[in-house]
Amino acid sequence: MKFFRKHFYHFFFSFLFISYISYSLIVYFIGSGKYQKTLNTQALAGQLIWQQNNCQSCHQIYGLGGYMGPDLTNIMSDKNKGELYAKIIIRSGTQKMPKIDLNEEQIDQLIAFLKQVDESGKSGVNPENINYFGNYSLAQNSYE
Amino acid sequence: MNRVSFYLLRFSLILLITALCVGVAAAFVFFDTGFFNQFLPFYKLRPIHVTASIFWILTAAQGGVIYYLNDYYKLEHKQTLLIKASYFLWLLSIILILISFLSGKFGGREYWEFPPILAIPILLSWALFAIHFFKIILKNKGKKPVYIWMWSTGVVFFLLTYIEANLWQIPWFRENVIRDITVQWKANGAIVGSWNQLVYGTAFYLMAKIGEDENSAFNKKSFFFYFLGLTNLIFNWGHHTYNVPAATWVRDVSYVISMTEWILLINIMQNFKSKISEAKKFLNIIPYRFLLASEAWVFLNLILAILMSIPAINIYTHGTHITVAHAMGATIGINTMILFASLFFIFSKRDSNFSLINNKTITIFFWSANIALLFFWAALILAGITKGYYMVSLSQTFETAMQHVKPYLFIFSITGTILAFSLLVLSIVLLRAKIFSNNKA
Ligand code: HEC
Ligand code: HEM
Repeated sequence: MKFFRKHFYHFFFSFLFISYISYSLIVYFIGSGKYQKTLNTQALAGQLIWQQNNCQSCHQIYGLGGYMGPDLTNIMSDKNKGELYAKIIIRSGTQKMPKIDLNEEQIDQLIAFLKQVDESGKSGVNPENINYFGNYSLAQNSYE
Repeated sequence: MNRVSFYLLRFSLILLITALCVGVAAAFVFFDTGFFNQFLPFYKLRPIHVTASIFWILTAAQGGVIYYLNDYYKLEHKQTLLIKASYFLWLLSIILILISFLSGKFGGREYWEFPPILAIPILLSWALFAIHFFKIILKNKGKKPVYIWMWSTGVVFFLLTYIEANLWQIPWFRENVIRDITVQWKANGAIVGSWNQLVYGTAFYLMAKIGEDENSAFNKKSFFFYFLGLTNLIFNWGHHTYNVPAATWVRDVSYVISMTEWILLINIMQNFKSKISEAKKFLNIIPYRFLLASEAWVFLNLILAILMSIPAINIYTHGTHITVAHAMGATIGINTMILFASLFFIFSKRDSNFSLINNKTITIFFWSANIALLFFWAALILAGITKGYYMVSLSQTFETAMQHVKPYLFIFSITGTILAFSLLVLSIVLLRAKIFSNNKA
């Protein structure tokens, strides 16, 4: 008991350290819940193109990224926008968005990535979902 | 003497100056994007700014820790091969990172947008630093003050969380969009928690020195807050991804843990009176002033952070400039202020005249930096509230929202310029201190 008291801080640190490792593993393996769909090869290539051209410095996915341009999580399913519209913008840029040097294959890969991001859920949360505790839950798209 | 710590501290100031100049440019891009796109587009400016900012914090913290450890254990200030190699790798990788940004080479994730191969020398450099650090710690037995616990935690957890931030390179992590985003922001949140351990540890050390009160570094309350910080590092990163449809408990755990931050807030309020009398005693000491400023910023940023951690509020603030207010409010108001305290503390030990000669300049720009920061921070919050209101409550388009956000971004840019100028002057004062000559106090 005396030993325990003397080294209490070490024990408590070890406890937290083990919690860190365990919680990390839990998050890695079951944190995505029912969502089990994986990106196909084309989308995986698109994801890297997204990073290599630093689209995230101006755009957000699920609200994460830079704030110069709009969130692109659900641009593919947007009735007024969608694939063709996105392609045109990516191909030629706008007054604010620089034209980025990409060939058609790379643009298709980017689009494939954005489509699968879109299928994973909605970026915005409807204020109606908020519950008594100031929390909310989100419907999960479940896929095989 | 251990020259490496001084090299690190000076290099950190160069990084800060880079971050400031590029940050100001990035802010003005919002007003004429087309113009900037021709030669320095936002997608280059933002990563240069953010990376230089983060490495300013890490480098200044690291340099300080190496110096204080020598001081604490009364070691010969000898430079070992280990720490020299670590410094060399660190310098080299940061320079390579900046070059790759300028030449338009990216490939990483947010905050670490450089080509991922450069993560290797960064990690290696940190590992060498960690070995140096623990060689000293483990050689010296006996009860350790809380700041040594905090530094140890920061050193270890930066290594772990930085590896975690690179897990996306393994396809299994990035092929599931939800897992990918969750793990990435778990890591990013915890990395910030790690450098905070280094920086807060430094603040603790300085306060113990200035107040000549070593006991405070051993008492139970200090350890309680240290463990509270560590708990938050481990579990409280979920507010970055509340809106991501991951398993519900990811959000719940984070929400519950983040509410423990009320304890911190209440503690600050309880100590308010004793703070005032402490301030009266030490206000003429320059490092103390910066520490006091950092405490005021802890208070303000804590309120913002607690509010943002409530999911019902987060849905309006997420993805807006409130996030930027949260990030820069903390990195400038808290981290930068503490690191300035640390730099002024160390440099005036090395060059006893420099803070006397520059006392007036330091006082003026200390105040202008903090006042400008207040307006800068508030403008970002207002910009964020405006965007959240137009986009979430009124379901307006991004273009419409940004039209209404613009005036606040204008205030942000102007006050940001004043802030940058003030911090620049303070950095130059520090760079001109004669830390290598031997006129020790
Ligand atoms: C320098 C900042 C910047 C970068 C980098 C950038 N964009 Fe954009 N993007 C914008 C802005 C700003 C808009 C809004 C359109 C406008 O106002 O001109 C936009 C609009 C878009 C749109 C249409 C969105 C909508 O809702 O109308 C798509 C799609 C898009 N960008 C894709 C991309 C992709 C893919 C990349 C990376 C290859 C990228 N962007 C890189 C700034 C940027
Ligand atoms: C010590 C000084 C500074 C530090 C440590 C710092 C740190 C940061 C960090 C961490 C971010 C990322 C924010 C996020 O992802 O939410 C950021 C973004 C940014 N900062 Fe700074 N910053 C500093 C000074 C400045 C100054 C003086 C300006 C000039 C006005 C500035 C302008 C910007 C801009 C424009 C962004 C991008 C915001 C966006 O994406 O819209 N920063 N900074």
